[in-house]
Amino acid sequence: MSTPSAASHTGSYLSDPRVRFIEWLPWVLAIACYFAAPTYLPLGSYILIMILFALSLDLILGYAGIITLGHAAYFGFGAYVAAILAVRGTADPLIGIVVAGAAAGLLGWLTGLVILRTRGLTLLMLTLAITSICYEIANKAGTWTGGADGLGGFAMKPILGLFKFDLFGKTGYLYCLVFLFLGWWLVRRMIYSPFGASLTGMRDNVLRMHAVGSPVYQRLVVVYSISAALAGIAGALLVHTTEFVGLKVLSFDLSGELLVMLILGGVGRIYGAFVGPLVYLIAQDSLAKQFPEYWYFGIGLMLVLVVMFARGGILGLLDKLLSRMRRGKP
Amino acid sequence: MSPALETRALCKSFGALTVAAQIDFTLETGARHALIGPNGAGKTTFVNMLMGGLAPTSGSIMLGGDEVTRQSQRQRVKRGLGRTFQINTLFRSLTVVDNVALAVAERHGVAWGMFRPAGGYRAVLDESMQVLEMLGLAADAKLPLAAMPYGKQRLVEIAIALGMRPKVLLLDEPAAGIPSLESHRILEVLDALPAEIAILIIEHDMELVFRFARRITVLAQGAVLMEGSPAEVSSDARVRQVYLGERRE
Repeated sequence: MSTPSAASHTGSYLSDPRVRFIEWLPWVLAIACYFAAPTYLPLGSYILIMILFALSLDLILGYAGIITLGHAAYFGFGAYVAAILAVRGTADPLIGIVVAGAAAGLLGWLTGLVILRTRGLTLLMLTLAITSICYEIANKAGTWTGGADGLGGFAMKPILGLFKFDLFGKTGYLYCLVFLFLGWWLVRRMIYSPFGASLTGMRDNVLRMHAVGSPVYQRLVVVYSISAALAGIAGALLVHTTEFVGLKVLSFDLSGELLVMLILGGVGRIYGAFVGPLVYLIAQDSLAKQFPEYWYFGIGLMLVLVVMFARGGILGLLDKLLSRMRRGKP
Repeated sequence: MSPALETRALCKSFGALTVAAQIDFTLETGARHALIGPNGAGKTTFVNMLMGGLAPTSGSIMLGGDEVTRQSQRQRVKRGLGRTFQINTLFRSLTVVDNVALAVAERHGVAWGMFRPAGGYRAVLDESMQVLEMLGLAADAKLPLAAMPYGKQRLVEIAIALGMRPKVLLLDEPAAGIPSLESHRILEVLDALPAEIAILIIEHDMELVFRFARRITVLAQGAVLMEGSPAEVSSDARVRQVYLGERRE
């Protein structure tokens, strides 16, 4: 019998942390897409950004069990910081990433200190409230943020002074891919560490973690800040590749959409954050072309099917199919 | 040498309702002590105050001679106070050995480590395996906890607490939910626990209590009714009246 940790990358003192062969598949595919589908690179960049964003949500929701509907606050904050910096400070993208990530991480830490004292529905409402506050601030502080019109009209400098952002999104795509790779590497390291195991412990049974002397609150605040920083970097990537930021990045819709993507892929597994946004955004793109008026119906139907028949998301379903096939063999 | 655990005039009341009245209690080093009493006697309240989950109205709690009355659960755990739960309070999505390893890692102070893989912390894994071997669970170490039968899950409850290497161990109904025919398995495990740990057991299974404990404290209506050896307790008329009488006749 295989342990559950083998399939779902749960933090465990028994799991083998080496990167398995199949884990290179997403990266090979991503590079293949760069050459095979040059016209889709802007969509591709957006998918990579959402994967990084979903990965940051997975870390707190899937692993640490922090229920949130307000993760867009950190994504949006990072995005606005990156845009304002580009307009008023420097348009160097790497500085922008670092500043946006640090700012979002700081916001995550400050808000985490307050909201992580609560649990359950109270926590859910507080995460919603934080997003709403950020949204309203961005809406009202028009001189800085452009208000409802959004903020654009800036041009990013070349990355490292070498790679210019081109019209077809080639540089942008690789730029996003590099940061997604770094984010994936970081999250993966963390999940296989003792820290990651303790996150699963807190998700499974917070009462017991208290009883074994674990600093539960401090640990939740730390993982929340890290997740917020990753979300902020994803937001900055969006601003750098599109050279625009609008209020949508702070909307409740975005938080909800992200949650749907993660559930679709599979919560609490690293590659759920990869599969979910990919399937969701490609489905959205093709449905919107086929049925411009009804495409949301298709998304809704997909979600109903997943929730009813595939509780662990697409990857959970794959797991079940694989284990059935293995049992079928003599 | 000061006792492992001591309470002095410990009181807790919710408004006019007194649930703990002037409890003076001493747990010696290496003790095998049982706390019994009818439902509503205040056993759970008492344990919660010992662990730090509930603040007493007045009185004091000492651990190894130091006052811990105002300390958090985490601080008390660091001083060597461990507990098990009446209802299984386990990490269901992890393996059996991981359940213990989480506790061991906290004590080793390595649970903040974010970059080295958990499997690289050999000392944590080895020590967790030792605990499982002691409880006869070594063969199940790699199984997912949820796949274990209920009786063995009760033993994992104890294994996690042992992973904390406690000096004082509070066992909250370790045999709860186990048919009395099988409770001998729990008793075997309890008998094999390291002698230097001071153990306080709260249990409804009287057979288990009388075979395991060398001292018994009887609580009734939030106060200590009496304390003595098992023989003294079972022959006490008041105890028979409030408690044993109802069950043994």
